This record gives sequence, structure tokens and C-alpha cells, in this order.
Amino acid sequence: MISRGERSAHYLILIVFSIAALWPVVTILASAFGPAGADAGPGVAGLHPENFATAWREGHFTQYMTNSVLVSALVVTLAVICSVLAGYAFGTMTFRGSGVLFYLFLLGIMVPAEAIVVPLFFDLRQLELIDTIWAVALPQVAQSIAFGTYWMRTYFRSSNRSIAEAARLDGAGSGQSLWLIELPIARPAIVTLVVLVFMWTWNEFLIPLVMSPSGNMRTAPLGLAFFQGQYSTNTALMGAAAVLVALPVLVVYLFLQRHFIQGMVDGAVKD
Amino acid sequence: MARSSASRTGGSARRGGTTHHASRGHGPLTPYLFILPAFAIYGAFLLFPLARSAQFSLFAWDTVSPAVFVGFDNYLDLARDDVLRSSFGHAFVLIFFYAVLPLGVGLVLAAILNRAKVRGMAFFRTVVFLPQVIAMVVVAVAWTRLYATDGSINALLDLVGLGEWSRAWLGDYLFALPAVGLIGSWVETGLVTILLLAGMGRTPQDLYEAARLDGAGAVREFFAITLPSVRGEIAVALTLTIVAALKTFDLIYMTTRGGPGNSTTVPSYQVYYQAFQLGQVGTAAAIGVTLTALIFGINAGLTHLADRATS
Repeated sequence: MISRGERSAHYLILIVFSIAALWPVVTILASAFGPAGADAGPGVAGLHPENFATAWREGHFTQYMTNSVLVSALVVTLAVICSVLAGYAFGTMTFRGSGVLFYLFLLGIMVPAEAIVVPLFFDLRQLELIDTIWAVALPQVAQSIAFGTYWMRTYFRSSNRSIAEAARLDGAGSGQSLWLIELPIARPAIVTLVVLVFMWTWNEFLIPLVMSPSGNMRTAPLGLAFFQGQYSTNTALMGAAAVLVALPVLVVYLFLQRHFIQGMVDGAVKD
Repeated sequence: MARSSASRTGGSARRGGTTHHASRGHGPLTPYLFILPAFAIYGAFLLFPLARSAQFSLFAWDTVSPAVFVGFDNYLDLARDDVLRSSFGHAFVLIFFYAVLPLGVGLVLAAILNRAKVRGMAFFRTVVFLPQVIAMVVVAVAWTRLYATDGSINALLDLVGLGEWSRAWLGDYLFALPAVGLIGSWVETGLVTILLLAGMGRTPQDLYEAARLDGAGAVREFFAITLPSVRGEIAVALTLTIVAALKTFDLIYMTTRGGPGNSTTVPSYQVYYQAFQLGQVGTAAAIGVTLTALIFGINAGLTHLADRATS
């Protein structure tokens, strides 16, 4: 039996680790709502929500957030469509070379961006694609496809095939049965893939840094790095800008956290 | 958390067989057509540049004058050059903070939490997993604040009477690297704990009941049952966190830029710095290829260990 003392110890541990996990988050929120300077005035009940407007304006976040939204939308759309199609083929069809091809995709899960950005930059510059949305998005689509194909294959392999079999007997082709029957059932797995790819793309730093040297396609995290260069001593504005950059993923996380945890934990453990 | 991660590592067998039957209601070309869009993008923007990296790494090229073939010289430079060699040394220090420390803490934490079903676990999971979803640049801004001379780390030291230890942590030659490492520990501990908790939750409860009937205490229970049953999860956790440690770029870029001096420079940062600041493209490519080889090697090694443990 678990004693009362042990039970209290459990709660103490939960509380201590929760505080440790939340402390940096609370710190950044506290600085974001603090006075931005000596002339900041009394604020609203001692808080200074106007910092967010100032940081947004001074940090040119209209442009960077728009870029982030465009890049994320493009990467999520392309990566998820390609991954579902490829995962469906690997998960439900038998064909020559499927093993080798699948391992080739798996390889990409482990390749770090550091190993591809250098030639990508010089080759895409040659093709005059540098500083375009394609240069920022397509390498991330490729990375996401590696994980996405693996994730969707796992799903399709374990999903109940009997419904699809019935559809096939009724004369539905592969494309038809994927679109009409499989996709609606696969929705949870696809939602997980969507939120993971969205998070990775929104938070990505190295690829947009290298692929947009002019700053044309600078995304929100880069905007924050750039902002730090100018306002590193103004902790209130830095805090506000940091909160703005983190907020979109945090909101999605609060609503769909099950998908984040399941995707990142199962995605790693599942074969 | 980046896209590169562990895969095909242990802990898979208990998911049981699949209900998969190949449906042959498709033409011979259909599967290839389904794979084509994915493969076209993946091949052009990942496989091809990876091969190009390997090619670049055999040349000395300053982006202006023509490239000169130098064989494996760039790789030898990684061992000869003090800064480059130390960058790999720093990466191994970071592995301790990103992988080993969170694993130790996570094992103890998960084992304790697994012994009793406490209320509030859902909230706890949400909170400790939170660092995984916050952009690294934002994490860096938060911790730069904590490590500042007037930040809460120094305030805490003052509070417990260790005020003479307070300093600008990220500007200190000796302490900057461990300070950056601890940020990694903060990011990874929650992920590792949740992975291990999931594994422990799948361990059959009757094993524990049998052990308790035999009079085994919490510590013996941990070493006899809990630890062996989560070998697969340990391998996965180590792979994920070691890869994260080797890919530390945003954090260094935002907190120290490799400084003070070169005391926190890491291979990831050197790839960027060599290629785009110094114009040493071959060296940068060689570092990228070496990092990839390291990640593949570590992944293969841990998969092997986990497989041997489960069979």
C-alpha cells in the first residue's frame, strides 16, 4: 500500500517539477508585461499590454508573421498530401522495391538540416530561387515527408483493412477508396501529422536563416533574433516579442496537446 | 524539437501483429504513382543536397575562386584545427546535459510517479512537455533573462547565501557551456519522463504484485522490473536527446554565438559560421557530413543495444 507520507511526497515532486518547467515561461510573461522604460507610465493595473503592440510594430512582425503563416501553410499542405499518398502505398500495397524505397525515406528522419543547408544555398542561388518562399519551404517539406511517410505507413498498416477490402470488391479503385473511405477514418493520424509539421515549421530557424539572406522571407523566429540585435537591453519588449513568436504553437498545443504528445512519443517508439 | 528523430528503435514488439493484408486491387504502376510526389521533393531537397554535401566536403572552396579537390583534408582539419576539434568536444558535453542528465532524472521521476496513480497527472504531463513545443529562440530569450546578472538564478543564489557565486553565466568562460547545457536539460527532461512513463505504464502490473509479495522494496522493484522493462524506451529517449544535443544551433546562435571566445562553439554553429561567415564551404560540408555520420552511428548503436535487450 502507498502510505500517506509517500503520497504527499508524490505531490511535492509533481509541484517542484511543474514549477521548474513553468519558471522560464512565467519569467518571460512577467517581463513582457513589465514597464518598457522609465516613461512607460502606470499601465493597466500595473501591467503593460501595450508592449505587445510596440514590439509588433518595432519588430516588423506583420511581415514576419505573414511569412511564417505562408511558409507553414505551404509546408503543411505539401508535406501532408505527399506523406498520405506515399504512406498509403507503403502501408497497403505490395510492389517491387518497396522495402528499399521505404528505407530510403527512413534515412531522411535522421539527416540534420546542418548536412543539407550548405549545398542547398549555393545550388538554389544558382537557380535564382534563394530568398523565395520555395527555398525556405521545400527543404522543410522534404524533411517532413521523411517522418510523414513513416507515420502514415504505420497508421495504414495497423488500420482495419476489411472496410477497404469491401470497397475494393465493390469496384472502387485505389484512389477512390483512399479518398472516400480511408481518409475520413485516418483523420486522427492526419491531424497529429498536421500539428507536428506545423510546429516544426513554425519553430524552424536554420533553414529560413540560410535560405533568405536578404530577409525577404524572414520568418517569426528569425524576426525575434533580429529584434534581439536591436532591443537586447529592453527586457519588456524582448519578452513581448518572444511571447508573440511562441503564441501560435502554444495555442494549438493547449487545444490539441494529446496529438503533440502522442505524435512525438509514439512516432519515436512505434515501428 | 526538430524533425530529425529516432526511429525503428526497440519497444515495438509489444504492439502485436498488424491486420495488414496486401490488397492487390491496383495496377502495377499505381504504387509508384502514389509515391512519386513525395519522392520527387524528398529526392531533390534532401537526398540530392546530402550527396552534394559529401561532394563539397572533398573540395576547398571559398565561394569566389574555383574549387580545388583536396581529398579528405577537410576531415583531417576537423581533428587538426583547435576550434573545430573543441566544437565536437563541446557537443559531447552537451550530450551529457541533453541526454544523460534528463535520463537520470526522468527514470527516477517516472518510477516514483508510476508507483502510485496520483491525481493531476494530466496537468503534469501538459506542463512538463511544454518546453518541447516552444521555439528554441524563445527558450533562449527566456533563459538569457534567467542567467542575466539581475536574473532569477543569481537572485536564487543570493537567497540561499551563495551570493558570491553569482555572475553573468552566459559570459563566463568556464560556466557558459554548462549554462547552455542546462537549458537543454530543461527542454528534454519532460519528453524523457513522459516516454518512460508510457513504457512503464505498459509493464504488466502482476510483475509488481509478485515482487511486492516477495517483499521487494521500491529500490529493488526499480532495478528488477522497471528498468529492464523500459530498455526500448531508454534507447529511444537517448536517441532523441542525443540528436537534439548534436543539432544545437538556434540556442547557441541566440545566447552566446559560440562565445565567450570559442568556449561554447558547437559543430552545428561551425557549419553556419564556416560556410556563411568565413567562406570555408568545404570545411562546413565536412562538419555537416560528420554530424550526420555521428547521428547514424549513435542511432544504429542504440537500436542494436535495444534489440539485443529485448530478444
